[in-house]
Amino acid sequence: MPRITYIEHNGTPHTVDVPVGKTVMQGAIENNIPGIDADCGGECACATCHVYVDEPWLAKVGLPAPGSQEASMLSFAAVTQPDSRLSCQINVTDALDGMTVRMPEGQH
Amino acid sequence: MSEESRPIVIAGAGHAGGSAAAMLRQLGCEQPIVLIGEEPYLPYQRPPLSKQWLSGEANEESLTLRPATFYAGANIETRLRQSVTAIDPAAHTVTVSDGSTIDYDTLIIATGARARRLTLPGIDLAGVLELRTADDAEHLKAALHPGARLAVIGGGYIGLEAAASARTLGADVTIVEREARVLARVACPLLSEFFEKFHRERGSTIVTDAQVEALEGQDGRVSGVRLADGRVIPCTAALIGVGAMPNEELAKAAGIECDSGIVVDLAARTSDPSIYAVGDCTRRPLPLYDRMWRLESVPNALEQAKQAASAICGKPAPAPEVPWFWSDQYELRLQIAGMPFEATEIAVRGNVAEGKFALFHLTANGTVQAVEAVNMPTEFMGGRRIIQKRKRLARAQIEDMAVSMQQLAA
Repeated sequence: MPRITYIEHNGTPHTVDVPVGKTVMQGAIENNIPGIDADCGGECACATCHVYVDEPWLAKVGLPAPGSQEASMLSFAAVTQPDSRLSCQINVTDALDGMTVRMPEGQH
Repeated sequence: MSEESRPIVIAGAGHAGGSAAAMLRQLGCEQPIVLIGEEPYLPYQRPPLSKQWLSGEANEESLTLRPATFYAGANIETRLRQSVTAIDPAAHTVTVSDGSTIDYDTLIIATGARARRLTLPGIDLAGVLELRTADDAEHLKAALHPGARLAVIGGGYIGLEAAASARTLGADVTIVEREARVLARVACPLLSEFFEKFHRERGSTIVTDAQVEALEGQDGRVSGVRLADGRVIPCTAALIGVGAMPNEELAKAAGIECDSGIVVDLAARTSDPSIYAVGDCTRRPLPLYDRMWRLESVPNALEQAKQAASAICGKPAPAPEVPWFWSDQYELRLQIAGMPFEATEIAVRGNVAEGKFALFHLTANGTVQAVEAVNMPTEFMGGRRIIQKRKRLARAQIEDMAVSMQQLAA
């Protein structure tokens, strides 16, 4: 099962198993990892599941398509960077085993 | 018993109750927690019940917020199919429906809201439905078989979302609305007009200014909705979506201050210092608008869960959020931020005819109080930031698409 590491803004790491088919956001919520809020439950309606994706994983998941709902929502998410993604839009696959994502300072 | 070993009891295992339990643990609280819920299910998401549940894309498992292993591993005892039946604030005890009593250190009331019932002849006929729980959604789904004719009583969000789902599943739909327009209590006339037109174009019949007099039945099953003017709308099922009532009775009986909702402050504290209340059952301050309000939304449930958990754990309160809400109907995503309490003017950005627009509500001095965006997520997000900053803008600036939302929100 893929292992994903979530690093809180204060540096605290959490490494958990997340089944293929779940999203990176669900992996955080189901393990109660602080720093990802997911207010809308994964419907790309709130931008509070925002994470920064470490390389080389960013190359694997890619950036949101310009003009997409995710891109629009991200444009105003708190503290965005070039490696920003909404974690509810990243589906966990075996190729992402070992991925590390970092949480922003805040989701609101 | 020492103070620390008495549990935090959470009465209600919906979105607010479940999130409060999770937030307490996130903030480092180590006290035992007892989460009591009347449904047979662990905390789950309700918004998809009018959409993905009906289409078959979601089920109980996919909507569950956190798995059973989370609660077990976090020392959160979950008691499902039970409810708190009485609170004794002086004794710090609650009575549970199974007859037990629990001494609590702190109590969080998260009893939510229930679908408002209409006292009408025929209300108890089979096929007369409401939509609040997963079990309700399952009954509604079963009623949307091929050839079904659904009468939707109430043109609010529940009604419109269910109507969209039902039409997509091939059912015949008639929406019966008491007011002159759908979404009368929650949206501006321009928005109501847009949604009415869209729903009609997709084949729903919408009857406004219509008072329901009775539900007619045949062999114990609903067969029609009779209006005050005598018209009868034939149906095979009727969904009643006419608002929600806060479940405040438990608090009221215990002498806790209520006012169409359990009254709380920005720390989610009730009139009793050891009792908090969160979610749809509460009436809370809205700092941006200097008034008390009952917010029925998932973002509110989450925000209040954080407020209560922070207060209980002695952590700083979270910064107040701009109230917001979303509704998906067909391929339309409506996102609303803020509330236009004192708005006198509307700026229209985008194109209403194309179904891609955002309505910004301005007060007399140009302060943006609310934004209603349809398929314009950037406008929703930017609008929310503008509202939070209490920015003043001119209508012309907002309506000019050459000015970006980033510029407007700067």
